[in-house]
Amino acid sequence: MAYSFPEEVLEYVLSFIKTDKDRNAVSLVCKSWYEIERWCRRRVFIGNCYAVNPRIMIRRFPEIRSVEIKGKPHFADFNLVPEGWGGYFHPWVVAMARAYPMLEEIRLKRMVVSDDCLEMIAKSFKNFRVLVMSSCEGFSTDGLACIAANCRNLRELDLRESEVEDLSGHWLSHFPDTCTSLESLNIACLGSEVCFSALERLVSRCPNLRKLQLNRTVPLEKLPNLLIRAPELVEFGTGAYSAELRPELLSNLVNAFAGCKKLKALSGFWDVVPAYIPAIYPVCCGLTSLNLSYANIQSPDIIKLVSQCQNLQRLWVLDYIEDSGLDVLATCCKKLEELRVFPSDPYDVEPNVSLTEQGLVSVSEGCPKLQSVLYFCRRMSNAALFTIAKNSPNLIRFRLCIIEARAPDYLTYEPLDAGFGAIVENCRELRRLSLSGFLTDRVFEYIGKHAKKLEMLSIAFAGQGDLGLHHVLSGCDSLRKLEIRDCPFGDKALLANAAKLETMRSLWMSSCPVSYGACKLLGQKLRRVNVEVIDERGTPESRPDSCHIEKLYIYRTLSGPRVDTPDFIWTMDEEGNTPQ
Amino acid sequence: MNYEETELTLGLPGRGTKRLLSGEATTKGDKPMVVGWPPVKEHRKGITMSRRYVKVAVDGAPYLRKVDLQSYGNYDELLSALQELFGCFTESDEKKLVDCVNGTLEYVPTYEDKDGDWMLLGDVPWKMFAQSCKRLRLMTRTPSIC
Repeated sequence: MAYSFPEEVLEYVLSFIKTDKDRNAVSLVCKSWYEIERWCRRRVFIGNCYAVNPRIMIRRFPEIRSVEIKGKPHFADFNLVPEGWGGYFHPWVVAMARAYPMLEEIRLKRMVVSDDCLEMIAKSFKNFRVLVMSSCEGFSTDGLACIAANCRNLRELDLRESEVEDLSGHWLSHFPDTCTSLESLNIACLGSEVCFSALERLVSRCPNLRKLQLNRTVPLEKLPNLLIRAPELVEFGTGAYSAELRPELLSNLVNAFAGCKKLKALSGFWDVVPAYIPAIYPVCCGLTSLNLSYANIQSPDIIKLVSQCQNLQRLWVLDYIEDSGLDVLATCCKKLEELRVFPSDPYDVEPNVSLTEQGLVSVSEGCPKLQSVLYFCRRMSNAALFTIAKNSPNLIRFRLCIIEARAPDYLTYEPLDAGFGAIVENCRELRRLSLSGFLTDRVFEYIGKHAKKLEMLSIAFAGQGDLGLHHVLSGCDSLRKLEIRDCPFGDKALLANAAKLETMRSLWMSSCPVSYGACKLLGQKLRRVNVEVIDERGTPESRPDSCHIEKLYIYRTLSGPRVDTPDFIWTMDEEGNTPQ
Repeated sequence: MNYEETELTLGLPGRGTKRLLSGEATTKGDKPMVVGWPPVKEHRKGITMSRRYVKVAVDGAPYLRKVDLQSYGNYDELLSALQELFGCFTESDEKKLVDCVNGTLEYVPTYEDKDGDWMLLGDVPWKMFAQSCKRLRLMTRTPSIC
């Protein structure tokens, strides 16, 4: 006798199961659960837009309301991925316009989105609510005008670091007077002036506005009037934080900030005039997140500010903070979980500020909850790394960038193998690691042995040979994303660990001695994996098989070879040929 | 056609910006620049490119001047520029700044740093000095004769 829950009951239970991991597990229980689950899944996350295609997604999940898709490889952020590589949103929006009329949310990262795509979003999805485009490109303010004009219930428009063709600031005026639903607006990446009166009216009529990030062109004088119209703000990003010194502006700002009782996060702060920093003192004790990474203020001003933010959990700052400022941070901000220190002058070998490894050591000593670190500095030692590893065993993300490539331990001139080894050995929960400095194959031995939960690894100018790569591929059980540039890793490790590549999202290698012949072999060996050779010098067929390729991108996929490759990408096919 | 290169600008000779094309390495300060290293996103670049005008006082001079620290690459360039601006001192054989009229009167270059302390010029690397200098003062002294 068959006995099972009625479908409706199971669906109700499943509505409490939110994460992809759990949903995927549910779908594997049996065929009927697979069926029920796929009809009631509402969100889908696609980490690599070429790993699957719209048809497959729609066929399996017919009732999606929220889609998140990522396109270009991470190294595109640093100009390593050539222009025209791909990551087009267009085929997705065309398919979803037909299949998902009830779609509410689209979140994209490193994708190419045209104004046509934005128009299609605006006109196809009646209930559209959330558009987040992180590091995207290909669209203009005309496309934004279309979204503003047509999305009746828009709640979030977040342009996070996208590259927008800024034709005019008038797009903002396209929000109709009837639009009162906005909860989050991030236009920080836009270059031109937005129509300020339209912005003010928009803010006034949206009572639920919780997040507002302005762009640099919004002058400081305009802030008080804007802030008093948005008392519910939780996150706020200023424009340029400078003006002539006027006492009444300062007191207006103080009052305006004081009126935002729920403020937890501040950002913006371009062109800071230190005299106006005290305006935010009233809100400092409530802040959990502070982004000063565009603020060119010096250490004493940063110290005065940070020492008032006892509840700070996240700080992004320029290296102007210096070691002395990080000492104060370590003393005052005991709840700190995430620290990012960016370089104010990355291209000069000479240090322009007194920020060294000591600053990070202090923070690791003083902040027991430290989980996530991104730190640019000009020198490091194994001793410092040992101390950091000992002080911060709960690190989840550790990204260290010693500005000079291949810089050794500045005290002993040894490689930094042992120091990073201590990090992976002590920090058992480490999921993301970026290496720098002078490193031999030894460090990869430690990583392969200890970094069992590591999911993403970034390597540059490191290692001695294939053995290094072999350690990583054979040892890191949880590895999903591996990106490598300018390392002496060649064919052997790749071919010996080909099967590993089927278990990962993607592998990027550039300026490494990988031969074209090895790429062809990999293409033959690997089913359901695309092996893409990127070479702007012309077809690799015109050179011997032993010739090294420029760049390689390997990723698993259900979708077969790409159909939209530009002329500088060759997909190695399963017969060992290069398609024409 | 790239018009920027033919544009007339005010600036010291030999201090133009170098445009970095993708895939090429160029040089800055004797070190080759590599594409994408250090890994800093585009929108984070160029934050420090603001002018840093600081006041310069010279003991005995009737009024102060202002110089833009960003337009010099090292201490020598700064001191040469100050010599030209004020015209009352010159560099002696022992690399000291001495008065043009009274050769025993020495000008000692000092600066106020961001902590408010008065420091002697030249101890720290140029870049570090340029970031932390708030104002300059050339103090006069006559070396004591024992």
